[in-house]
Amino acid sequence: MTAFFASGFGMFVLMVLETLALLVPLLLGVAYATVAERKVLAAMQLRKGPNVVGPFGSLQAFADAGKMLMKETIIPTGANRLLFIAAPMLTFVLSMIAWAVIPVDNGWAIADINVGILYLYAISSLGVYGILIAGWSSNSKYAFLGGLRSAAQMVSYEVSIGFVLVTVLLCVGSLNLNDIVLAQRNIWFCIPLFPMFIVFFISSLAETNRSPFDLPEGESEIVAGFFVEYSAMTFALFFLGEYANMFLMSGLTSILFLGGWLSPIPLPPFTWIPGVFWFILKVALCMFVFMWVRATFPRFRYDQLMRLGWKVFLPMSLAWLVITAGVLVATGWLPHAPS
Amino acid sequence: MIADIAFYIFAAVLLISAAMVVSARNPVHSVLFLILAFFNAAGLFLLAGAEFLAMILVIVYVGAVAVLFLFVVMMLDVNFARLREGFQRYAPVGATVGVVLLAELALVLGGWKFAPEAATLRLAPRPDQVQNTAALGALLYTRYILLFQMAGLVLLVAMVGAIVLSLRDRHDARRQDINRQQSRRVADTLELVRAPLGAGIASLGIYRPITAPAAADGQAPPGSDNPEVHAPAPPAEVH
Repeated sequence: MTAFFASGFGMFVLMVLETLALLVPLLLGVAYATVAERKVLAAMQLRKGPNVVGPFGSLQAFADAGKMLMKETIIPTGANRLLFIAAPMLTFVLSMIAWAVIPVDNGWAIADINVGILYLYAISSLGVYGILIAGWSSNSKYAFLGGLRSAAQMVSYEVSIGFVLVTVLLCVGSLNLNDIVLAQRNIWFCIPLFPMFIVFFISSLAETNRSPFDLPEGESEIVAGFFVEYSAMTFALFFLGEYANMFLMSGLTSILFLGGWLSPIPLPPFTWIPGVFWFILKVALCMFVFMWVRATFPRFRYDQLMRLGWKVFLPMSLAWLVITAGVLVATGWLPHAPS
Repeated sequence: MIADIAFYIFAAVLLISAAMVVSARNPVHSVLFLILAFFNAAGLFLLAGAEFLAMILVIVYVGAVAVLFLFVVMMLDVNFARLREGFQRYAPVGATVGVVLLAELALVLGGWKFAPEAATLRLAPRPDQVQNTAALGALLYTRYILLFQMAGLVLLVAMVGAIVLSLRDRHDARRQDINRQQSRRVADTLELVRAPLGAGIASLGIYRPITAPAAADGQAPPGSDNPEVHAPAPPAEVH
């Protein structure tokens, strides 16, 4: 058996199996996140939420999927057909491939690469293309406005995310996600780097176009923004891509700041529980906060969004980066790259 | 074997998409082909074992520069048919520049391949134990720190220049001053007056836009947004 998995074909089979083991739970999670969000929003607004399909509405996700599959895919006459179809696929694929480097337990990543955090940053910065291309290829004013808004917004917030990542990397001394989690054995980074934790979480809200930064959709002024012309499965792919991106950002938050798969209390009864459980728990917690924020805050105005990104988060994260570097050098805690 | 196949795929797609960048009719398609070219270049870097450069290429060029390209190209309504009018005239100039670049590249490569001085460079051991991120950092921040800082300063100067050129002080622009909003108190914005019955507040020397029916029954008109005065209604209960 071991010999088979060491051969070329065996490695391929192993890779496919690993990918399925990651993607199937992820997609199930994405499907149920849509139901969970409606349930959470309903609970916060003293409603019941979906409760007809299946017990407690638990089969709602499959009913929605069936409905989306049955519907007709409408392609507008003036649209650029190829790009119009490719944009939702791009969004969905990008939100999936980023998971290749996420470690769900010690060393449990499909690709445990040296520059894992850079890979994630690169993939998340590509997310804007799906939206921009969708907005442009629809050949519709509202969709175009939504695409432009999204491009400006995501580029702005990526800058502060970059500084937050550099701050964390300074404390770790490695770009490997596994090392980043292991560096938090003594203390999770959300405690010493608390302001950066907040900046990162809010920026990830903006990066995933979630409320209160969902201006690219902005249904009150630009109808539904970039996906106004989309229907059926093309629409569903955008929808699922958004939720998968939320999962990705939650996973990233838990890896960078909440100690990834590490148990909150490093004592025997808790360390016996497998790390995957803690990782999923932390991701679910972050997802809940995403939904909580949506139920709580009204949408930002566009100039407020830009002000927050460029005039508040950027100087703040830059200052905190300098402070962190200064403290690490002054106290001699600066970790060295394992060489 | 697989690495060779991957190399030829990346290289072929890179060359084809680079050619499509200049030959595509639609400028947006040009930019998308440019992005594809960047991607394949990143793939080539990965094959060469330079994973840090590959990721930086994707982050900087695909994630930031090309987004702005695409942004501008989509916003500007460029008529590329008219831009192409001078193609025949400028083709020789472009070809000359291309040939010169190719010749220089050949000279550099040839020198590196055959010059005896360069042999020592080729013999430099590849740091297999050191990750190339760490190796680049150790070199860039020690031996080449001055050049690195100077490159940063050049970029800073370019940025300041662009801002100076494009910044206009618009006096009619509306701005939000969060401090002012937060420090406003009721006393700053609201003034309570005792107005005599039937006479209105004009007799107190306070004027505001008054619509006819609202003035008649002493109610604040619905569109009244004069910041100085918000007379409460009814006036008899004031104080």
